[in-house]
Amino acid sequence: MTGPGASQAAERSLFSGVDARMRRRRAAERRFRAFGIAAVCVGLAFLAILAASIVRSGIPAFSRAVMEVEFSLNRQGYEAAEKELFKTKAYERLLVEFLARELGDLGGGGIDAAALKRIVGKPGAAIREHYRANEDTLGAPVAFRLAVSSRVDGYLKGRVSRETLQDSRFLKLSDLDLVDALRERGIVGSEFSWTFLTGADSAVDNPTAAGVGASVAGSLFMMIVVLGLSLPVGVAAAIFLEEFAQQNRFVDLIEVNISNLAAVPSIVFGILGLAVFIQFMHLPQSAPLVGGLVLTLMTLPTIIISTRASLRAVPPSIRWAALGLGASHMQAVFHHVLPLAMPGILTGTIIGLARALGETAPLLLIGMVGLVARGYPETFLGGFTEPNSAMPAQIYSWSTRADPAFYEKAWGGIIVLLAFLMCMNAAAVILRHRFERRW
Amino acid sequence: MQANTDASGGKAKFSVGSVDVHYGADHAIKDVSIDIEDKTVTALIGPSGCGKSTFLRCLNRMNDTIAECRVDGSVLLDGEDIYDRRVDPVQLRARVGMVFQKPNPFPKSIYDNVAYGPRIHGLAGGKEDLDAIVERSLRRAAMWDEVKDRLGAPGLGLSGGQQQRLCIARAIANEPEVLLMDEPCSALDPIATSQIEDLMDELRSRYCVVIVTHSMQQAARVSEHTAFFHLGNLVECGETGQIFTNPRDERTESYITGRIG
Repeated sequence: MTGPGASQAAERSLFSGVDARMRRRRAAERRFRAFGIAAVCVGLAFLAILAASIVRSGIPAFSRAVMEVEFSLNRQGYEAAEKELFKTKAYERLLVEFLARELGDLGGGGIDAAALKRIVGKPGAAIREHYRANEDTLGAPVAFRLAVSSRVDGYLKGRVSRETLQDSRFLKLSDLDLVDALRERGIVGSEFSWTFLTGADSAVDNPTAAGVGASVAGSLFMMIVVLGLSLPVGVAAAIFLEEFAQQNRFVDLIEVNISNLAAVPSIVFGILGLAVFIQFMHLPQSAPLVGGLVLTLMTLPTIIISTRASLRAVPPSIRWAALGLGASHMQAVFHHVLPLAMPGILTGTIIGLARALGETAPLLLIGMVGLVARGYPETFLGGFTEPNSAMPAQIYSWSTRADPAFYEKAWGGIIVLLAFLMCMNAAAVILRHRFERRW
Repeated sequence: MQANTDASGGKAKFSVGSVDVHYGADHAIKDVSIDIEDKTVTALIGPSGCGKSTFLRCLNRMNDTIAECRVDGSVLLDGEDIYDRRVDPVQLRARVGMVFQKPNPFPKSIYDNVAYGPRIHGLAGGKEDLDAIVERSLRRAAMWDEVKDRLGAPGLGLSGGQQQRLCIARAIANEPEVLLMDEPCSALDPIATSQIEDLMDELRSRYCVVIVTHSMQQAARVSEHTAFFHLGNLVECGETGQIFTNPRDERTESYITGRIG
């Protein structure tokens, strides 16, 4: 290759040098990619920080410190205790004696009734209850598991330290020595706290007994109401508006308002629920039914909008095919369009439900505050009408209580809430997968 | 009013009298009158946007589904006006089947695609009856041997030509009297096209077939009658041979010789 022709060919060659314009283009492309990767990394980092802090703060809520004691009481001791005026005190004395024996010649003043009270509260009632119910165990060794006070619990988890305990009237420094000694002997230890998962809210001075179970039930009943109302109503409204309604100004007005409703702050729905459902319709206060109704109002616009979008995304050829075969408009929609729109509808529904599940403000207005969740409903229907709270409201009220033990519970509650949410999402993904079809 | 249905040629299946179609302010079909014979293939040809598809969709009232579309004039099917208020378009469409430009099987099995029409119209007495209808329809669409072993397979898994024949089988399963085909081969390759054309040749013995096509060769190959549309007007209609060899109108001649279109 020689001559002028060759040099011109070299200029046009694919392998010849890259000019400035091309370099700028490539640099721009690289820059854009770098930005994208950086954005993803920042997002992931925030997510990791969030998850780590939730787990770190919330995991302690799932364990609790217990005192495991095994001692025997003979019939004389039992009868003597039952004769006393303050019967539970007598049983507590028995426990103190047992612990003193176990600890033996431990320095630090030994254990007395006051110290026991500070460490385990008032366990006498539980012990007496056991022997009254099971007199046949008298004389044989019986193992008792006693929940220790929340401050001892906090000490074992590292929440309470000797420094922070300087001037506490609830626990003395000498008590911590006792706890350390009991822990060494395996009498005080940690176990998984089923109470936290299954229990109800407790009094503000008894955080160890507080659990998220009752408010999980409250949330569950609310979700049943929300799903049962907003899915059929929302989908029916969307189908009507999208497929059957005449295009006129009235329908336009409705459409604009639905879009606006989706952006209304949730507390507005709460006060609406208070005014309409409780004050006007006299539905019970603090009931998951009312909470569900309020959240239904909030969820409806989301479901309607997403359903309409997924109906619109179904190719019109499917509709024509059905109509061309002599299917009625309704048959075309219900036999062909709706099944194809189902995955999108489910996605919208689950987004709406997830938002409803995490909603706190409207529930506080209709009285579903945390302390109402004092137990499980007695019947299934009662679950809708009996006063209860919901997970986010429960978490909120724990976070406002003074005792740091409740703060830990709040974080634990968030973990349960997220787990609940993940179960719902998993169900949606599975359903979506089953409905998904290619066209 | 009941027209006799003897198969003697020359009996008009459709009798269209001065039909006008408006899409909002757009005058899409202008005063079209035409008779369409039974047991023949009638081709509607013309340049894009001339209104031939719109006209086809007047014959089974598919235009009803478009909100701003207005149809005036009379369309008689066996002497009965299909735009009469007492006529249910749903029943009409069971008698006048339609095949669309792009194959559009339902995202269901081959069997369910064909069985859908008979199911919603209650044509089958039982499972065996339905099986028989499905088999007969697939045979008439000349695809039984290709799919008889995989009736449960998804209709969308078939090739384009097979999908279109499946759509024809689906339309036939309703036992219609008329088959409207809106450019049924425009999305297909030449082999699939020739299969569909062969199929149309067989269908003409049983049905009144109206086909919209862009291909003049196709019109010449498959149809006995041809109607030429231009800018919403029916310019000329008659025997296919006469239209292609001896057009009466200047515009027809320009179109078939490729000067307009």
